[in-house]
Amino acid sequence: MPHNTQQLEDFVTQVRRDILRQVHKVNSGHPGGSLGCAEFFTALYQEVMDYSTNFTMDGINEDLFFLSNGHISPVFYSVLARSGFFPVEELATFRHIDSRLQGHPTTHEGLPGIRVASGSLGQGMSVAIGAAEAKKLNKDSHIVYTLHGDGELQEGQNWEAILYAAGHKVDNLIATVDLNGQQIDGATEDVLPMGNVKDKFLAFGWEVIEIEKGNNIVEIIRGLKEAKALTGKGKPVCILLTTVMGNGVDFMMHTHAWHGKAPNDEQLATGLQQNPETLGDY
Amino acid sequence: MKKYTDSGKKDTRSGFGAGLEELGKTNENVVALCADLTGSLKMDAFKANHPERFFQVGIAEANMIGMAAGMTIGGKIPFTGTFANFSTGRVYDQIRQSVAYSGKNVKICASHAGLTLGEDGATHQILEDIGLMKMLPGMTVINTCDYNQTKAATIAIAEHDGPVYLRFGRPKVANFTPEDQKFEIGKALQLTEGKDVTIVATGHLVWEALLAAEELETQGISAEVIDIHTIKPLDDEAILKSVEKTGCIVTAEEHNFLGGLGESVSRVLAENKPTPQEFIATKDTFGESGTPAQLMEKYGLNANAIKTAAQKVIKRK
Repeated sequence: MPHNTQQLEDFVTQVRRDILRQVHKVNSGHPGGSLGCAEFFTALYQEVMDYSTNFTMDGINEDLFFLSNGHISPVFYSVLARSGFFPVEELATFRHIDSRLQGHPTTHEGLPGIRVASGSLGQGMSVAIGAAEAKKLNKDSHIVYTLHGDGELQEGQNWEAILYAAGHKVDNLIATVDLNGQQIDGATEDVLPMGNVKDKFLAFGWEVIEIEKGNNIVEIIRGLKEAKALTGKGKPVCILLTTVMGNGVDFMMHTHAWHGKAPNDEQLATGLQQNPETLGDY
Repeated sequence: MKKYTDSGKKDTRSGFGAGLEELGKTNENVVALCADLTGSLKMDAFKANHPERFFQVGIAEANMIGMAAGMTIGGKIPFTGTFANFSTGRVYDQIRQSVAYSGKNVKICASHAGLTLGEDGATHQILEDIGLMKMLPGMTVINTCDYNQTKAATIAIAEHDGPVYLRFGRPKVANFTPEDQKFEIGKALQLTEGKDVTIVATGHLVWEALLAAEELETQGISAEVIDIHTIKPLDDEAILKSVEKTGCIVTAEEHNFLGGLGESVSRVLAENKPTPQEFIATKDTFGESGTPAQLMEKYGLNANAIKTAAQKVIKRK
C-alpha cells in the first residue's frame, strides 16, 4: 500500500476469477452479489482499512469489518486470502467437507479474518455496533465497517440497530449498503419495494454518503475516505453503494439469476476469458 | 434428614442484581445490556454505579443480543437482561448464529421465567426456554433456586469462557442456600441423603422438593434431594450415583416436560441405567393468569405434587 489504480484493478480481476472458480468447483454458492462487491472489498482491504494479518479475535487497535450478508462469502474469502489472512490455495476447499471455508462465513472453524458467523440475514449491524461500543470503552479510535445487502434491510433487526446507532451516537461505524436492486425472487422493487433508502437513513439521523459508481475502485476509495472523515462527529455513517450484480462477467450482469447459482464448464470458461489471470490462480 | 431454613423470602432476580453489581466492582470487563426492564431485572445498582458500562438498548431484544455478541470482540463480558421469553424465543436465531455458533462469551440473563411470573399470563410465562437453550451446542444452561444461589451463579458465570443462559424468576421465595457459597457450574448439590427415592429439582422447585422430602419422612420414606442448578452440562455422575442407591427418581422443574430437565435426566438413565421416573413439570401446555401459588397448585408444581409423584414412582420399582 498504497497501490496504483492498475494494481487495484488487477487485484479485482483476480478476485473475480477466484469467485467463479470457487462456486464452479462445488456447483453451489453465490457469485452474483460477490462479483458486484469485488471492487468494494478490494478497496477496503487493499487501500482503506488499518489491520494486521496476524489475526486476533479482539482486533484491538485495528479497523474491523463485518459482512452481514454472509452469502457473498466467495468474494470475502478471496480478498482475505489475497490480503494475507490465509493461504490462497485454501480457496480450493470452499464449501467442501472439513473446510474452514464454509458456505457462509463462520468463526467456528477458526478461519482468520472472520469475527462472527453470518448468513442468517440482518444480524451484522447489531454485532458491529457492539464491537464499536467495545472500541469506545477500550479508548480505541479505530473504525468498524460493515456490508449489508439492500434486500437484507427488509429484516427488522436492522432497523433496531439503525435506531440505536443514531440514538446512542455510534460514530465509529461505517455501514455500507450494497444497492444492487436484486434479491433471490427478483428485483427488490418487485419483491418488497425499499422506497428511498437514503431518506430512511437520514430520517434516522445518520450521515449518508452515496457512491453511485459502486464498481469503480477510484470512486469507492473516494467515498470510503469521505465517510471516514465524517466519523467521530456524533453520527453513524452510511454508504449507499450502487453496484451491478454479477459485475465483470457479462452474462451475469443486471440480473438476479446468478444470485445463488454456479456457472457450468462453458460459462466458467467464458467468465474466465473475460477476466484474464493477473496475480496467479490458486 | 438434614433440615434447611428459610432465612427470609427474597426474589432470585434480586440475587442476579446483587451479583451483577458485585461484578461491576470486581471485573472491569463486565458490561450490562438491558431492553427496557432495568427495574424488573434489578440492574439499577449496576446502572447507577457503572453508567459507562451499562447499555440501555430499548425494546429491541434482537439488537441487544447482536450487540452483546459484538462486545465480546474487544474483550468485554456482556450480561444481557430481559424476561425469559424475550431472552430466548424472541431472539433464538440471533442467539444461535451470533452467539452460540460464533462461540461468543455472552451471558443471557433471564428473569420472570415460568408460571411464577403470575398474573401477566401465558404471553410472558415461557415454559420452553430450557429446551430451546439446551439444544444449542456449547450453551451452558443454569436455573438457580434462591437469592443466594443466583447471586453466586451470576458471579461464577463471568469466569466461565463461553455462552451461558442463566434463568431465574420474579416471586419472593425461600432463601436457604449458604450466603458464602461458591457456585460450581455443572456440579449438582446433594441436599439430603436418602435411600428410597431420588428427587432431582431445579429452580423454584428445589425448595418444594425439600418440603416434600420432610413430608415423606413422616411417612417413613427417605428421599434424596438433589439440586440440579446446571441443566447443561448435566451432572450425570451425581444422578447415576443416587439412583444406584434409590432405584427410582422424580424430576421437578417449572418448565414443559418436553425439552426440560426431566428429559435430560431420562437420556442419562436410558443410556446408563434404565430407572422408573416421574415428571413434575407442565405437560405440553401454556400457562394462564393467576397468583404464583395458584398456578403452581393448578399445574402440579409444588411440594404436594412432588410427594405424590415420589409415592407413585416408588411403587414402580
